[in-house]
Amino acid sequence: MSVKFETRIDETFRNLKAQGRAGFVAFITAGDPDLETSIQILKGLPQAGADVIELGMPFSDPMADGPAIQASSLRALNAGQTMIKTLGMVADFRVSNSTTPIVLMGYYNPIYSYGVEKFLNDAKKAGVDGLIIVDLPPEEEAELCLPALNVGINFIYLTAPTTTDERLPAVLRHASGFVYYVSITGITGTKKAAIGDIEKSLARIRAQSGLPIAVGFGISTPQDVADVAGVADGVVVGSALVKTIEAGLENDGKSGPNLVKDVLSLAGELAAGVRK
Amino acid sequence: MSKTIKPVNPNTLRTAPDDDGHFGIFGGRFVAETLMPLILDVEKAYSDAKADPEFAKAVAYYFAQYVGRPSPLYFAERLTKQLGGAKIYLKREDLNHTGAHKVNNCIGQILLARRMGKGRIIAETGAGQHGVATATVCALFDIPCTIYMGSKDIERQAPNVYRMQMLGAEVKPVTVGSNSLKDAMNEAMRDWVANVEDTYYLIGTAAGPHPYPEMVRDFQCVIGNEVRDQIIQGEGRLPDTLVACIGGGSNALGLFHPFLDDADIRMIAVEAAGKGIETGLHAASLSAGRPGVLHGNRTYLLQDDDGQIKEAHSISAGLDYPGIGPEHSWLHDIGRAEYVSVTDDEAINAFKLLTKLEGIIPALESAHAIAHVIKLAPTLAKENIIVINLSGRGDKDLATVAAHSGEKLGGVL
Ligand SMILES: Cc1ncc(COP(=O)(O)O)c(C=O)c1O
Repeated sequence: MSVKFETRIDETFRNLKAQGRAGFVAFITAGDPDLETSIQILKGLPQAGADVIELGMPFSDPMADGPAIQASSLRALNAGQTMIKTLGMVADFRVSNSTTPIVLMGYYNPIYSYGVEKFLNDAKKAGVDGLIIVDLPPEEEAELCLPALNVGINFIYLTAPTTTDERLPAVLRHASGFVYYVSITGITGTKKAAIGDIEKSLARIRAQSGLPIAVGFGISTPQDVADVAGVADGVVVGSALVKTIEAGLENDGKSGPNLVKDVLSLAGELAAGVRK
Repeated sequence: MSKTIKPVNPNTLRTAPDDDGHFGIFGGRFVAETLMPLILDVEKAYSDAKADPEFAKAVAYYFAQYVGRPSPLYFAERLTKQLGGAKIYLKREDLNHTGAHKVNNCIGQILLARRMGKGRIIAETGAGQHGVATATVCALFDIPCTIYMGSKDIERQAPNVYRMQMLGAEVKPVTVGSNSLKDAMNEAMRDWVANVEDTYYLIGTAAGPHPYPEMVRDFQCVIGNEVRDQIIQGEGRLPDTLVACIGGGSNALGLFHPFLDDADIRMIAVEAAGKGIETGLHAASLSAGRPGVLHGNRTYLLQDDDGQIKEAHSISAGLDYPGIGPEHSWLHDIGRAEYVSVTDDEAINAFKLLTKLEGIIPALESAHAIAHVIKLAPTLAKENIIVINLSGRGDKDLATVAAHSGEKLGGVL
């Protein structure tokens, strides 16, 4: 199926290409550590230099995530985050920002529970551009990918070091927006890949797809960002930002006075990596 | 992706799943892309193994010589008399080497892992029975293994933890989430994603992504197949009622599956009602859950209104899981099997009753099946033949039962 619609994602990567640089993709979990603080961070990210925002939909059982994002999901859920609130955050963000793409990232069950059709309509209305659903490989594309394309939301496919050349066509068949390359075999926030390996894998994907490629998992410092920006179209950082949220908590687990500032200042340093 | 739809034989319930691992709407392959190629490898290796008579021969050899199969089908005469109704047989999976049905599946999967040339095994465990069975076959075949176990379960199943360690397994405590079986499964999946090249994930129940639910069921079907022969030998006919406890559902499917097409045979699976369904502290996914997606498959799950998975509760660590294998969800929805539940207290009473009457100490998991039969048998005619799957022995549970009864181990001293 060729995708017949345009989203902010397409526009953003076109602009980035014109500027001759990679995009900085910032991940935070919606509602971490609480709804109000999370909205402040979300709204501050574009100013700090995020070109694309991945907003995590917290889930009780984040099987592909390491300790940092697990803890982040748990904080959000304990603070009462729900799917309705997450979609509400996007709508709130869109009041003042109509250009920065928002990609919702997470696991399928909260969406399935919400109802696929209702979720897609509400997400579209809120201003969501894309979805990354970790536990929906192409084998399960009928669940959400194809319905998402019908309402004009990109379904972003993950590719991994284990995705062979033979398997890539199946993964890329309905891919749109961008391709997310998981640079390591592992969970978020743990190991780090060698640039040479990333470069080789991106070449494999580029041989089969003209879509922009964002690289994520294991990228945590401004230097990492700069290195990956040299070979990719987008650079995703999640665990490092989320750890800064954790570090900014008071002893009682509530948001501390410098939390938002610290997270956004780290985002700024990371974003500088794509602008070198 | 093009779907190849297998022609469905309307006269049998035994050909599910389809090529994509679906039992009706349940099952499937909901896993991260990093794992997907591995899952496809396992599927291919299993279908090759199934077609290879040498593989079946190897499984049969270890079943007979190592596990001690066939396990007896024992007529529980005193229990039958006491309850005053149906005639009760116990399928003695507790007499298997390592003390539970779990080893049947472990033999099958370790032979598959060897065929695939895998050099490391990981597994999750709740009661520790699957962990012990996995550690056992890994010792037998000299393959290193890591067992993930919730810290709560490590506490209540201490003897099994020590057994696993003696067998050479590394037992990794899981201290995230509810510290029990579902979290152990999450951690095992995380390990697998990080060690894809050499590691085989030996799942302990008929759940997870396709082909696991089918494969685990197939290895456990030895239970029902033996029962079929044994009951015909003993009674000259098939049983009327089959009863098994259900955590993920492997011992129940092992007993039920070979009889699915015998329409007159009633099948009852017993979930853990914990402190009572109405308290919310239970593990009864079919009685009180709704369909969702977790651990690679669509199935009934305990979850809140927002699709967050709830913690399960059961006094029996092996049933303390908020989901259930997808084939059971299907059998439930089409009405082929009945799903009931019994509480912690009822299970403890059944545990004590069977121990006193028959001199058989059942696993707390299996005690759930017995507890239901205590209610059911008196309502049935004396000619009705019930087969209970006595899925495991209860030595591991003595401390839990003592604590529940306000007693101490060694209290007589
Ligand atoms: C003795 C025994 N029975 C039953 C179970 C539940 O598993 P399943 O429903 O897969 O048979 C367990 C799990 O640990 C067990 O140890």
